Amino acid sequence: MSENLLSIVLFTPLAGLLVLLFLPRENTKLIRWWANLTAAAGFLASLPLLLRFDRAADGYQFVEKREWIPSLGVSYFIGIDGISLLLVMLTTAMGLIAIFYSWDVIRTREKEYYAMFLLQQTGMIGVFVSLDFLLFYVFWELVLVPMYFIIGVWGGPRKLYAAIKFFLYTLAGGVLMLLGILTLYFQYAAQYGRYTFEITELMKLNLPLGMQQWVFWAFFLGFAIKVPMFPFHTWLPDAHTEAPTAGSVILAAVLLKMGTYGFIRFSLPLLPRASADQTIVTVLIVLSLIGILYGALVSLMQQDWKKLVAYSSVSHLGFCTLGIFALNEAGIAGSVIQQLNHGISTGMLFLIVGVIYERRHTRMIAEYGGLAHVMPNYAIVFAFAMLSSAGLPLLNGFVGEFTILQGAFQASKWWAALAVPGVVFGAAYLLWLYQRTMLGEVTNEKNKGLPDLSWREWAVFVPLMIWALTIGVYPKPYFEILEKPVAQIVHRVHQTSTAVAQADGTAREAISR
Amino acid sequence: MQHLWLIPAFPLAGFLVNGIAGRRLPKPLVNTFAVGSVLLAFLWVLKVLAGLQPLEAAYTERYFTWIQSGFVNVGFDFMVDRLTAVMLLVVTGIGLLIHIYSIGYMAHEDGYSRFFAYLNLFMFFMLVLVLAANYLVLFIGWEGVGLCSYLLIGFYYLKKSATDAGKKAFVVNRVGDLGFSLGMFVTMLTFGSLDFATVFGKAQAEGAALNPQTITLICLLLLVGATGKSAQVPLYVWLPDAMEGPTPVSALIHAATMVTAGVYMVARSAPLYNLSPTALEVVAIVGLITAVMAATIGMTQYDIKKVFAYSTVSQLGYMFLGLGVGAYSAGVFHIMTHAFFKALLFLGAGSVIHALSGEQDLRMMGGLRSKIPVTFTVLLAAAVAIAGVPPFSGFHSKDAILLAAHAHAPWMFWVGVVTAAMTAFYVFRAIFLCFFGTYRGDAHPHESPLVMTLPLGVLALLSLAGGYFNVPHYLAPLFGGEHAPHDETLVAISVAAGLAGIGLSWLFYVAAPSLPERISSALGGVYRLVYNKYFVDEAYDALIVHPLRDGSRALLWGVMDARIVDGAVNGAGALARSIGSGLRMWQSGYIRRYAAWVVLGSAALVAVAAFWGGAR
Repeated sequence: MSENLLSIVLFTPLAGLLVLLFLPRENTKLIRWWANLTAAAGFLASLPLLLRFDRAADGYQFVEKREWIPSLGVSYFIGIDGISLLLVMLTTAMGLIAIFYSWDVIRTREKEYYAMFLLQQTGMIGVFVSLDFLLFYVFWELVLVPMYFIIGVWGGPRKLYAAIKFFLYTLAGGVLMLLGILTLYFQYAAQYGRYTFEITELMKLNLPLGMQQWVFWAFFLGFAIKVPMFPFHTWLPDAHTEAPTAGSVILAAVLLKMGTYGFIRFSLPLLPRASADQTIVTVLIVLSLIGILYGALVSLMQQDWKKLVAYSSVSHLGFCTLGIFALNEAGIAGSVIQQLNHGISTGMLFLIVGVIYERRHTRMIAEYGGLAHVMPNYAIVFAFAMLSSAGLPLLNGFVGEFTILQGAFQASKWWAALAVPGVVFGAAYLLWLYQRTMLGEVTNEKNKGLPDLSWREWAVFVPLMIWALTIGVYPKPYFEILEKPVAQIVHRVHQTSTAVAQADGTAREAISR
Repeated sequence: MQHLWLIPAFPLAGFLVNGIAGRRLPKPLVNTFAVGSVLLAFLWVLKVLAGLQPLEAAYTERYFTWIQSGFVNVGFDFMVDRLTAVMLLVVTGIGLLIHIYSIGYMAHEDGYSRFFAYLNLFMFFMLVLVLAANYLVLFIGWEGVGLCSYLLIGFYYLKKSATDAGKKAFVVNRVGDLGFSLGMFVTMLTFGSLDFATVFGKAQAEGAALNPQTITLICLLLLVGATGKSAQVPLYVWLPDAMEGPTPVSALIHAATMVTAGVYMVARSAPLYNLSPTALEVVAIVGLITAVMAATIGMTQYDIKKVFAYSTVSQLGYMFLGLGVGAYSAGVFHIMTHAFFKALLFLGAGSVIHALSGEQDLRMMGGLRSKIPVTFTVLLAAAVAIAGVPPFSGFHSKDAILLAAHAHAPWMFWVGVVTAAMTAFYVFRAIFLCFFGTYRGDAHPHESPLVMTLPLGVLALLSLAGGYFNVPHYLAPLFGGEHAPHDETLVAISVAAGLAGIGLSWLFYVAAPSLPERISSALGGVYRLVYNKYFVDEAYDALIVHPLRDGSRALLWGVMDARIVDGAVNGAGALARSIGSGLRMWQSGYIRRYAAWVVLGSAALVAVAAFWGGAR
């Protein structure tokens, strides 16, 4: 049991999905119950990972390795380190919350809806646990399909446009990424005389800088579109706005993290010299900074509540990529923590839009005003989510932002100095949104008599609020979980990029450990 | 173990109880939790300080590691030294009085429990701020009090002007925090720590070995933060608007405690500022400019709370002047006496407003001396204190600052003296307009209840006699051997300036009431410039707010996203369609077709890569 733990976590949603397919589609109550049970089981199954995880150990844990397509060197090779652990926990937790929230909201084609969500869960977990590059790619592309249908079938008025845009954009990135993967694959074969996609093996590759750079840009497209980094972000506002609430939550909380995770897991360790290359770092940092400021400024202008939250994601993810390419411990650890934080805070903000959308079926900010008077509990939860997103100390966002900026500052004073105004704008667009929707007199007749939060909605928000508060007050466990893997990545990038000349021999020995 | 954490924990508990259950609790219980928690905090402060006397070295308690990554390591630590002790007494003492007063003032307001919950939350963050043993924990309190300020300014959230003011306060403070954050980052890089003891220890030990430009940079960045929180030029604009909040809030947050956080932070960082004469000079000059500018505006306003708000800005400028000329203890002394008399001015103003059922315009007051005598008496006490009339509290702290300023640069003394005259003028202008002459309004003035007048009485005593708490002497070991030479002539000059201000005010508003009108019309443009607060708000709107807002809308979102990026994406799609117009399958729009193409394309790429990869 213990040695298969990770596989159990990975395939619980898929197993649930298989059973779900045999449930009668008319019995929607049974389907909902089953989907919730599966999601809960998926979350519970992931808890032992957290409990048994050894923070002091190097390398990967819960490793499983079986041959899959031996002739091509493809294996079923999974395992996690601290970085993947946190993202897997985020996935199972947010998956449960998203499915639970959908209970009253989704009333058409429930069977397909929950099937898509469960499939997506397995796909996302797969992305975070794969140590075989082709396996990773399979999961990466697998995630695309359910999200396409979730947006395209259960989405808002412009759902088809948004779904296709989402699909084509990310597909385009994925294909280039595959090309990069294959380059590494063939290079490995050329150097070592056998074929493998195992990233632990591919790390031994000694590639000339020029080729590393080429592969880096191929990966970059795949990851940057997913994050999304400026200027590849325009699919995001459309996808987010049209997706059903639970879809937006998963999209923001987990799906985008696949991109940032890709940079940390693959680009940095596999292509250390390219990752530390001055031009590449500068381009990535500049794009991150533009994303931070641009996302925040455009948020300031939105008339559509949900689009505002979507653009704020661009800004927050800019902080995450900024941290990664600071290429030091504080930056990368801060980035991973901020990825969790973004999942929690933006997840809450999307749920908040969802709550009001279910009641009024409009997302236009101008339709609202004075809601605090009608829905006081809702106002409190919204305020909490806003503060967590805006990075108030003692809530989660601050810890990530501060650590990232300190890391960025260590790397370059100017980068950090340019990113800090993003924090100011972050407060501005959220406060303004809050003022326009929640404060003042109730001006729209239709908003009078709206019911306050239901118990189900409370049940969705309370765990997220507690999570946000615990990260904010006591983030130490998270830093401890991240310490080893982050140090390893940083070490690898710096060691390899400084010891360019004597890259083979002893240095490679040290790296491959 | 003194359990310092209990000091902020009491009000936090009060916040939780009233925040969660307050709506369902009867008012007496809400009062008990709200006031009781602050009383407990005050008593615990007394107990701790009694236990730690004589407090010659800082006493620190370390709780847990908060943030740790790479070289970043920040603990959740509290400490108490003599500076903290003064701040703790001011915050909990004045805080307690204002909580009691609020029971009467807020009695008939909606959102009673919400008000007290916010107020307790404020106390929590303010106490964290002064207890912090490192910059980052200080920053928790710093941001937290900003949040509470936002919540309480916008307390009457049905009013647009109130929520606007709250938002403005928050955003302007965030601009200041930008400086504070950068200051922390540079400190961390320079000293490898944010811990006060470590940073200041290294600063004192290495002194000359440190790069003076780096130290100056840190000090100036921290100063940017301080100008936001303590409402100094150029970031003071939020404080006058903050008067939209209930009056006890103006007294507690926007006069006595929160706005002095910047002064406290600079005083706390004295070991750094001592290494940078440049930064100190900037502090002094910012303080002076603020003091003069705000005092001139104060002389022209008619809203009684606005007068006192500009007075607060001006007095905070005084404190910065004190810090800047190296008289840290005088600056902190002025924090304390100012807390006494300014809290009293606001609470007294609140009592007037309460008596007049909400009227705040001085032109609609007058002759109230006999109708609300208690309020009149206490406001008079506050007025003589702030005007620097000996031997009342303001006289002592103001003279400590002015004497130090003279020792530093005589011209600063003279500017300070002129400001003192203006201060006396505008405060007595308010007193005369409010209490003398004949009543010009149409409300039915009534004296406030005992629960309000009692705290007023205590504050009046403190305002009159508080100058005899010898804070500079108590703080002397902390800030080194600063002591300005006592000079009878200089003292006489500044006292005379204050008395002249009072005299002019008497002439203008009691003896010859038509005089102000004639003078203001004679001054014309200058008067209008000052009356309209130098049009600073308008300038900020035109130069920063509008360009940002319109620029983002038109350029970034309208052009960049919709035209350029999406144009490229849609254009690429359209191009692909037109190229493939002969091949119907390109236009199918079916995902499985696209998927088929992906597979084929990938296969093609694999082939290319295989060839390319193998060729090397």
